[in-house]
Amino acid sequence: MPAITYREAIRHALAEELERDKNVVVLGEEVGQFNGSYKVTEGLLAKFGPDRIVDTPISEAGFIGMGVGASMLGVRPVMELMFWSFYSVAFDQILNNAANVRYMSGGLINCPIVIRGPANGGTNVGATHSHTPENVLANHPGVKVVVPATPYDAKGLLKSAIRDNDPVMFLENTILYGNKGEVPGEEYLIPLGSADVKREGTDLTIVTYGRSVLHSLAAADVLQKEHNLSVEVVDLRSIRPLDIDTVLKSVAKTHRVLIVEEQKPFASVGTQLTYMIQREAFDELDAPIHRVTTVDAPAIYSPPVEIEQLPNPGRVLKAALEILN
Amino acid sequence: MSKKATATSKKTTGAAAAESPADAPVNRNLSKVERIELFRTMVRIRRFEERSLRAYQGKKIGGFMHPYIGQEAVAVGCCSLMMENDHVITAYRDHGHAIAVGMGLNEQMAEMYGKATGCSKGKGGSMHFFAPDRNFWGGHGIVGGQIPLGIGLAYGLKYLGRKGAAMAFMGDGAVNQGAVHESYNLAALWQLPVIFVIENNGYSMGTSQSRSSAGELAKRAEGYNMAWDTCDGHDLYTVRAMMDKYLKLAREQSKPAVIEIRCYRYRGHSVADPDNTYRTKAEIEEYRRTKDPIQTFQQQLIAAKILTEAEAEEIDQAARAEAEAAAEFAEASPFPTTDDIQKDVYWETDNPAERKSQGRLFFN
Ligand SMILES: Cc1ncc(C[n+]2csc(CCOP(=O)(O)OP(=O)(O)O)c2C)c(N)n1
Ligand SMILES: [Mg+2]
Repeated sequence: MPAITYREAIRHALAEELERDKNVVVLGEEVGQFNGSYKVTEGLLAKFGPDRIVDTPISEAGFIGMGVGASMLGVRPVMELMFWSFYSVAFDQILNNAANVRYMSGGLINCPIVIRGPANGGTNVGATHSHTPENVLANHPGVKVVVPATPYDAKGLLKSAIRDNDPVMFLENTILYGNKGEVPGEEYLIPLGSADVKREGTDLTIVTYGRSVLHSLAAADVLQKEHNLSVEVVDLRSIRPLDIDTVLKSVAKTHRVLIVEEQKPFASVGTQLTYMIQREAFDELDAPIHRVTTVDAPAIYSPPVEIEQLPNPGRVLKAALEILN
Repeated sequence: MSKKATATSKKTTGAAAAESPADAPVNRNLSKVERIELFRTMVRIRRFEERSLRAYQGKKIGGFMHPYIGQEAVAVGCCSLMMENDHVITAYRDHGHAIAVGMGLNEQMAEMYGKATGCSKGKGGSMHFFAPDRNFWGGHGIVGGQIPLGIGLAYGLKYLGRKGAAMAFMGDGAVNQGAVHESYNLAALWQLPVIFVIENNGYSMGTSQSRSSAGELAKRAEGYNMAWDTCDGHDLYTVRAMMDKYLKLAREQSKPAVIEIRCYRYRGHSVADPDNTYRTKAEIEEYRRTKDPIQTFQQQLIAAKILTEAEAEEIDQAARAEAEAAAEFAEASPFPTTDDIQKDVYWETDNPAERKSQGRLFFN
């Protein structure tokens, strides 16, 4: 299998879906002529032309809402947010309109739109540019929320997201864009809502998603090599729908749970997971559930300190040892 | 008063001013039957809303309800021009548009009663009526929030290669929302076939236009290099003549425009507004007496010998009876059940045979 970057994997997914369905159109700031702020859409304008790859003004409420409206008519827009952090100015269009129109119309309308872009901290861009809104988004029934960690997952999940008839929020990560991974040459889809056990183990389950998967795998390596502890890493891949069954199966095997998430702790994705695990697997637990989250403050700028504000292998290792000792 | 201020607004096009709106081709070519149907639709809106207000007072309807009474000529005038690929979206004051696009009174009344037979199965309420089969896309509760969707309908038409236009309605208060300005810019930049229709009833809730908006409302289009115009919204023919011109430009040349239509609402902003703080009873009475759109059109039809007083009375009685029947239908209909709460959230869970995703979508 060829190794390609996370960025290329997303680009390939876009290109394949643009090729497959003429109703798919890519819109966003700098996606065309500029080749994408993060070069995800590089070359797509040359290949598909300006009707399919559309540069928008800096008007997130306007163009995201426009995409939602067009999706009601059967267009399948894939909207790029330069940063997911900018969703706040389009909040009404995403979470009042895209999320609610189906419900308020009694099921008469659906919005097959994808909104994608990076949502992560760790790049020293300060509090305005470092939001990770997957918990906020997933709090709204009507939308789906996907957070891929690897090139393989990013491609297969994005293709499914574009074919999905509900609005899908697709959260990428600028730090992962350059990461390489093996991706098959032939077409494949990954269904939304299927978690992936990224590493098997018997002593502890780490439930995680996004870039935190990589931190968890790194920590699991050290735990194995230096502490002879066997850690299972469950990558959720999709927050809503949520593959809680795979999580519960792992809990039944290891009886200890650590949640690792790039999220502020209050009402985070991990909060919901913790509730579900204690509710559905109480008797399986041999220890309280622990978690590693973003340290509870706006994103700090100071580069070395930001590393410590976010989950990282060292923090994961420390938390894992606390549970296991 | 604010309304006077806009009456003098400079128009980018003065062409229609010369001939009487009633003589504009779009009106001249109307058959007698068509004229009577336009009249009937306005009457049905008014009687439906009056019946709804009574139902509200009788505690059959919950939440907010924003009566359209007084503005009927706007929705009926605009929507009567719709062709196969024309689309409509509006705000929460949506009953008039819903009736004008042809939605039945039963499903609307039942919706407000919160019944399963409502147009949204009791999930939307008064502010959120939808009928995609009639190209009616709501019914939206957030002031100005529907406008980006409106340009999306226009963008969709253009992208899909369909010759049509979207009419995106908003109030005189909504023009001050940022999303509206973003939409103006996108529509003008990409020449989307959309008409932004400002229904200027003089007030946003209890705030008059002069207390909320700087400058002329439609004229803001100039900043976006977009055509604009204003007209009187009490006269059905005037509305139709104005909108016909811009709808054609939108359909045929994909030209957007901002059209401000001056109108007036007789009732409070919503059922929650006692209407005793920001305008006088005399002002309301003056509008009722001199500008009522239904009376105006009725007199025109009678003068043209298209309608008699007796026939007008018959139409009125029939509309009252229809509204009454709608209330009976709503009353007799079942409520949705608690099992229905989680239906119509996701397309996928409503179509389980075609579901592709896995995992849990609901978290109880
Ligand atoms: C974003 C937002 N802010 C405030 C409100 C409350 N609100 C509902 S209608 C309204 C007045 C709007 O007036 P206008 O746009 O003139 O429309 P009209 O009600 O006159 O038809 C207000 C303030 C709202 N629904 N949404
Ligand atoms: Mg108003």
